[in-house]
Amino acid sequence: MPTGLFHTKYEDDDKIFQTVWLKCWMGAFLLFLFAVFPFLAPHLSGLFGFSVQHMANMIGIFIIGAHGLNLLTGFTGQISLGHGAFMGVGAYTSGILFMKAGWPFWLTLPAAGLVTAAVGMIFGVPSLRLRGLYLAIATMAAQFIIEYVMRNWTSLTGGSAGLIVDRPTIMGFSFDTDFRYYYLILVLVIISTLFLKNLLRTKTGRALVAIRDRYLSAEIMGVNLFKYRLLAFGISSFYVGVAGGLFAHYNLVVSDEHFTMWLSIQYLAMVIIGGLGHVLGGIFGTIFMVLLPEVLRIPTEILSNIYPNIFAIFGTLRELVFGLVIILFLIFEPDGLAARWHTIRAYWKLWPFSY
Amino acid sequence: MIQLEVQDLHLSFGGLAALSGVSLSVDPGEIFAIIGPNGAGKTCILNCICRFYYPDQGRILFEDKDITQLSPHKVAHLGIARTFQNIELFQGMTVLDNIKLGAHVHLRSGFLSGALYWGKASREEMRLRREVEERVIDLLEIQAIRKKIVGTLPYGLQKRVELARALAMRPKILLLDEPMAGMNLEETEDMARFILDINEEQGVTIVLIEHDMGVVMDISDRIFVLDFGTKIAEGSPEEIQHNEHVINAYLGGSDEAFSKLGI
Repeated sequence: MPTGLFHTKYEDDDKIFQTVWLKCWMGAFLLFLFAVFPFLAPHLSGLFGFSVQHMANMIGIFIIGAHGLNLLTGFTGQISLGHGAFMGVGAYTSGILFMKAGWPFWLTLPAAGLVTAAVGMIFGVPSLRLRGLYLAIATMAAQFIIEYVMRNWTSLTGGSAGLIVDRPTIMGFSFDTDFRYYYLILVLVIISTLFLKNLLRTKTGRALVAIRDRYLSAEIMGVNLFKYRLLAFGISSFYVGVAGGLFAHYNLVVSDEHFTMWLSIQYLAMVIIGGLGHVLGGIFGTIFMVLLPEVLRIPTEILSNIYPNIFAIFGTLRELVFGLVIILFLIFEPDGLAARWHTIRAYWKLWPFSY
Repeated sequence: MIQLEVQDLHLSFGGLAALSGVSLSVDPGEIFAIIGPNGAGKTCILNCICRFYYPDQGRILFEDKDITQLSPHKVAHLGIARTFQNIELFQGMTVLDNIKLGAHVHLRSGFLSGALYWGKASREEMRLRREVEERVIDLLEIQAIRKKIVGTLPYGLQKRVELARALAMRPKILLLDEPMAGMNLEETEDMARFILDINEEQGVTIVLIEHDMGVVMDISDRIFVLDFGTKIAEGSPEEIQHNEHVINAYLGGSDEAFSKLGI
């Protein structure tokens, strides 16, 4: 009986899922997501006190955005505090093209990605000179500029009153309920995850990681820093723009208040908690960040029934705990949830004979 | 024919002249060693060739093409690879990915076909894997560590991975900056054997900076001696070993010098 992986072909060694068991698990998980979860969701909603289907959809949308930021921050080593606003660019692009220009949805969504990619690349130009905190400040400027444009270009964006967007239709099939929209999001999440994974195991991905680890020697090995830094901003913004487009058609109203600095910071928190530089990091981090406030609501509501006075004084207890959990996470699991996942998997691989 | 030619190179940092009028020429297929005391400007020459530093004066020609004004990543496309004195690997990547990145200039697939991993891109990736395994990893005997993260490897192996990464570029000329620094005797011997193998089997020209005189005298075809940014001698190992200037100016002119030169 083989006691390890002994590949005889390079193709085998290059596969994402290397064993039959992993493929089976993955297949079962996908089957669950497609055929079991959406039918189970209404029943779970009553149990948890919030709409599970809605949460799953939000998680899906933000996973795509978090993948984008993870590509930029986790894999290329360039921080961005502008991704909240970039998501807004995608949302407005898709919304305006859909509502005002009457484009079909299957065109507006890629257009949202492309326009956001262009905007992201313009604001990514400083990355050629700036790194670390300096780049964070430069991209923060992008955040404020875009926010300002969204709020004040009233004729196009509807200003702070917002832009009303309809649910999309593809080939006559209308994604008018949360249940139907879920499938659209799920398919896009799978595609975007596969794209990211494949990108990272080919030429471009290696060049990006090389720039993160040591850009000077990457340049000596023939990596064009200018091209790849901009490309990272472009692909990353494309992802977050698509997420924005999905968000616009899901939320039905787009206003500048959705895409503030707070969203940019949440995105950063997602990839940091999930694990910078792991494809799974974007997924875990998003699930954690979106679910945590909802899950925290359950004990606080119970407690506020018992001690109404305390909660009148400490009304923001939920936000406090939220912040505390994130800080504790950074202290005790600085490499993120994905790293923890790998440790657990490594443990079970040899269990019970770990020596 | 001369493969690499440096003409009258001047480089200074503020008021400090690091190189003052260095000229050298390297023939194809030879092992060319640059030696000299610390701070003589050896690494500065390599940094000028790689376009890390912009020389104040002088020209650098590679295969009769002036590369003095090229940007660093274009120099790599010409087939000039190098390793560094302090290891400059991509610490978070696996050994295999580090080596594959070395072949960056030879890959044609763009990011879209890469992200789809379909057709051309996946075929190219497999071809690269085969080449890297058979031409680089087997030669340098690092099969066992190919999936390890570079940052976790010991120093001697990291040096070897760095050589592998440079070799994956299919270079015409390989600039090695102290490849044996900090190695024990066995690792030094291995490294010397690899350098000779690369030079003989793949016909790569080698420019070597090294302080281990035993190795330099053993494997080089020609030696270039540098002191305070100027050339003080050039010739075969035998000539250098008996050169008055080298012995006096560089090694101190005592009996100790002779032992250092391995005589």
